[in-house]
Amino acid sequence: MIKMKDIRKTYPNGVQALNGITIDIDLGEFVYLVGQSGAGKSTFIKIIFGDEKATSGDVQVAGHDVVNMKRKEVPYLRRDIGVVFQDFKLLPTMTVYENVAFALEVVEETPKNIRKRVMEVLDQVGLKNKARFIPDELSGGEQQRVAIARAIANYPKLLIADEPTGNLDPDTSWEIMRILEEINGAGTTVIMATHSKEIVNTIKRRVIAIEGGMIVRDQHRGDYGYES
Amino acid sequence: MYVTSIEVTTAMKARTFKRHIREGLKNTWRNSWMTLASVGAVTTTLILVGAFLVLLLNINHIAENLEEDVEIKVLVDLTASETETASVGDELERLDNVKSVTFSTREEELERLVSGLGDEGDIFGLQDQENPLNDAYIIKLDDPTETVTMAQEIVTFDYVEDVNYGENFVQNLFDFNAYARNIGLILIVALLFTAIFLISNTIKITIFARRKEIEIMQLVGATKWFIRWPFFVEGMLLGVLGSVIPIGALIGGYYYLDQNMSAVQQFDFITLLPFSPFVWQISGVIILIGVVIGVWGSVMSVRKFLKI
Ligand SMILES: Nc1ncnc2c1ncn2[C@@H]1O[C@H](COP(=O)(O)OP(=O)(O)OP(=O)(O)O)[C@@H](O)[C@H]1O
Ligand SMILES: [Mg+2]
Repeated sequence: MIKMKDIRKTYPNGVQALNGITIDIDLGEFVYLVGQSGAGKSTFIKIIFGDEKATSGDVQVAGHDVVNMKRKEVPYLRRDIGVVFQDFKLLPTMTVYENVAFALEVVEETPKNIRKRVMEVLDQVGLKNKARFIPDELSGGEQQRVAIARAIANYPKLLIADEPTGNLDPDTSWEIMRILEEINGAGTTVIMATHSKEIVNTIKRRVIAIEGGMIVRDQHRGDYGYES
Repeated sequence: MYVTSIEVTTAMKARTFKRHIREGLKNTWRNSWMTLASVGAVTTTLILVGAFLVLLLNINHIAENLEEDVEIKVLVDLTASETETASVGDELERLDNVKSVTFSTREEELERLVSGLGDEGDIFGLQDQENPLNDAYIIKLDDPTETVTMAQEIVTFDYVEDVNYGENFVQNLFDFNAYARNIGLILIVALLFTAIFLISNTIKITIFARRKEIEIMQLVGATKWFIRWPFFVEGMLLGVLGSVIPIGALIGGYYYLDQNMSAVQQFDFITLLPFSPFVWQISGVIILIGVVIGVWGSVMSVRKFLKI
């Protein structure tokens, strides 16, 4: 699914966020990305979905050559990847339904398929009955579930989540984790950056720890490893 | 099998196209104040562009009519013999730019002068006096704007006493035409840029208001054209809306002018270009300029604002 070779990223201001990352992530894996603030987790994620370009190295994501990719090919990479962020990124003027449908309109899906698929994914995240609500009328956890529904609407093979539970209380976080596990259970690769020691130590999965832009640990069924 | 798949893609494109139009209309409506401002700017620009075009093309038309009438009268020396007079004619025929050469004897010249003066000619009793006029060649040119240089050349010929061509009038007409054209063009270009600037600002505001939407569109895999199209539609719409009033004013104004000019017309060389098709051609030009500046304005702001 993801093959990274000696990826380096230097931002225009001179910050070296990634200093040679080499990693393979297979289809269907569930991976935690841990590390202190500023370690380079978000940068790693941005390179995967083409939001930042690596300075050097090689990355293959779901068959796309991300480093040598032209700008106009980025949308097609994004259609194979679902992304979820700490701040949900929902459109406040649109209903839950419209927020999810948006992702399908953009790829020019037919109205019939859009209706069917939107209700399907809303059902999957347990928000079928709130389709007509606007984001402000939902709790944080519910908003994140809408964002997840939008991320998986296009049947992506890869879901990346940058601190998806960062803004949520523990109970709500567990709910989100249950949904991510379900998605992973259906065969989708999940990569999740997190600062939650509890989650990582409870739901044991592969853990990749980054420090100073380098991988310092890559452990199957690993634990968080930092005092938080 | 193939046919079905082609039908599906075509249907999808039509739907997407409708979506872009809908989004473009929505934006235009949402920023109604900015829309009004830029439509106002386009309107002002196009009214002036239209007025200049009408003025310049008509001046051109009148000038062409006058140019047709511009002729050089070459006065042959009074002392020239018949063969010498004929040699002047031959020489004139040989010139490059000459369309026609007509010989007019001094008697014909006198007759023309007398009939030109009408009754007064008789009163002077010119016919009874000795004819003071020269034999003359009247020449017309292929390119009348060369009149002055040609005249200056011809006056140096042997046996040519003088040339007449309404010096000041001809030169002034050509000069005025050139000045009007240049000043008009400069003004129009300045106005066009102002309108483009205002349109691009309006669209910048729409883009700004929709930054988050655009960010999310990019996140879920929208192509740059999918994102751009609504803004193009908006720009085009601003241009078209801005050309409505100018076209109305043009049709009404020119109709009025056309009706009244023919009523007061004294000089048959001052004729306006005929209402149809002239007005329709200018209307086409106006709407085209409107659309072009609208699209240009949106291209500029979309390119600056979306790093895509
Ligand atoms: N757009 C940017 N321009 C310049 N420097 C950046 C940019 N984004 C991140 N950085 C820098 O790169 C380094 C890695 O940042 P990154 O966001 O990847 O860390 P992180 O591991 O996600 O941290 P956190 O846990 O706080 O989210 C930091 O030093 C940060 O300041
Ligand atoms: Mg981060």
